[in-house]
Amino acid sequence: MKRSNLKFAALALGAATIAQPAMAAVPEAEVVAPGTAYILNTLLFLIGGFLVMWMAAGFAMLEAGLVRAKNTSTQCLKNIGLYSIAGLMFWVVGYNIAYPGFAEDSLGLIGGFTGIYSMQGVGEADTETGYSVASDWFFQMVFCATTASIVSGTVAERVKIIPFFIFVTVLTGIIYPVVVSWEWGGGYLDSVHDFSDFAGSTLVHSTGGWAALVGAIIIGSRVGRYGPDGKVNVFPGTNIPLATLGTFVLWLGWFGFNGASQLAMGTVGDVSDVSKIFVNTNMAAAGGVIVAIILTQVLYKKADVTMALNGALAGLVSITAEPLAPTVGQSILIGGIGGAIVVFTVPLLDKLKIDDVVGAIPVHLFAGIWGTLIVAWTGDATFVGQLVGVLLTAVWVSAASAVVWLALKYTIGVRPSEEDELNGLDKAEIGVEAYPEFART
Amino acid sequence: MKFIIAIIKPFKLDEVREALGAIGVAGMTVSEVKGFGRQKGQTEIYRGAEYSTNMLPKVKLEIAASDEIAAQVVETIEQTANTEAIGDGKIFVLDLASATRIRTGESGETAL
Repeated sequence: MKRSNLKFAALALGAATIAQPAMAAVPEAEVVAPGTAYILNTLLFLIGGFLVMWMAAGFAMLEAGLVRAKNTSTQCLKNIGLYSIAGLMFWVVGYNIAYPGFAEDSLGLIGGFTGIYSMQGVGEADTETGYSVASDWFFQMVFCATTASIVSGTVAERVKIIPFFIFVTVLTGIIYPVVVSWEWGGGYLDSVHDFSDFAGSTLVHSTGGWAALVGAIIIGSRVGRYGPDGKVNVFPGTNIPLATLGTFVLWLGWFGFNGASQLAMGTVGDVSDVSKIFVNTNMAAAGGVIVAIILTQVLYKKADVTMALNGALAGLVSITAEPLAPTVGQSILIGGIGGAIVVFTVPLLDKLKIDDVVGAIPVHLFAGIWGTLIVAWTGDATFVGQLVGVLLTAVWVSAASAVVWLALKYTIGVRPSEEDELNGLDKAEIGVEAYPEFART
Repeated sequence: MKFIIAIIKPFKLDEVREALGAIGVAGMTVSEVKGFGRQKGQTEIYRGAEYSTNMLPKVKLEIAASDEIAAQVVETIEQTANTEAIGDGKIFVLDLASATRIRTGESGETAL
């Protein structure tokens, strides 16, 4: 489903079927009045929206648990800061770049900016759209924030706050909304290639993943992370319970992420589909966890809890491109392969000396690509169309991110001094230690 | 008087404390410490990369004992903290020049 369908065709979808119940094969007793459908659709956006908002807390806790103690406060500040910047930027320019209303004959690549987004007035109901426009804005905004959260984990522990926030400003205001316009905004990928990305394996997760990958390469690895002769120096996470809680919070939030991306709850069919999405989403995550546990147990003789946590998220990302069409069995398989991708690509990135602190690149980028391509098997899409979406996103996000990261690197600088980095960003940037009673690690 | 420093495995602390209490040790200072001996740490795997934990967590006991029971203290620690595995720790004994109880000003063995 394309979000543009809802945005520009909700009138046809909602009002038409409801006004002419005989047209649809739905018994009359199961059809609700337009006002009721408006309320239910809006409710889905609101519930989904606050669940996805809560994913920002999940990312914050996951990252706080996996960074070293001396960088924890900084990571918390980055997370609450990026969430707020995303909201501001999505209001100022983001939403309207994402949903520009492409002209019929346009290729749908460059939509442009159509002005600041205007919410409905007090007491007004925008019944023509089939849902409250403010609920839609809120729901779309929290997806934008998720994209930024992905980046913060990868480049943790070695980027100063100001350059990081500047990057987030551009990412959430321009880079991400442009990708969205091509698909959910009814642009090039949607109209020309029938690209299919239900809730954002590519639009959200791969976008965040590419921005993170390019950032990690340009910024470089943490001091002392890679020694000579290909030696990898391990910096174990500080707080596994926090990382676990963060993962569970993300898992919960994903029901909003995928479930509410059905975008409608005003018919018995839609509600049933939302329910099926919940099941598939859950099973894909479970598959990712179990595969990660089994693989680390077999490969390393010990089950790695952080890999299990990444496995859950990889399973969730994998199913996000099409959480409705697959059977439960297919969902477990898709999520399980996502978990395997994580276990094999985390060490691979280390071999390439790409320092990804929390494993966000395997989870969001690699599993995101996998989840997007497999829609050709489970959903209504072609492999070529999916590949075009993956590649176009890769080129745009990588290029735009590289420009921003490089500009920051050669102007204000992105890294703290080596001494500040070794002492911890909490001391250098924040002045508040997360765990003041413990020795700094 | 003797000053006894014992480095033991953390999970043995309660057992050692009880055994020492039974032979009349009235007090001790305990700290969580890290260090290495001949074992030189262990190798672990974190997210697919091997790393060695050079410093292993241990518990350090500091006990001031009268000459009369010092040997028994050492023996008791040696027996209760022993798992017959590598990394069981060490016991050091030093001569103790003086001891003073701050509240009363008592000194010598009566202060222990």
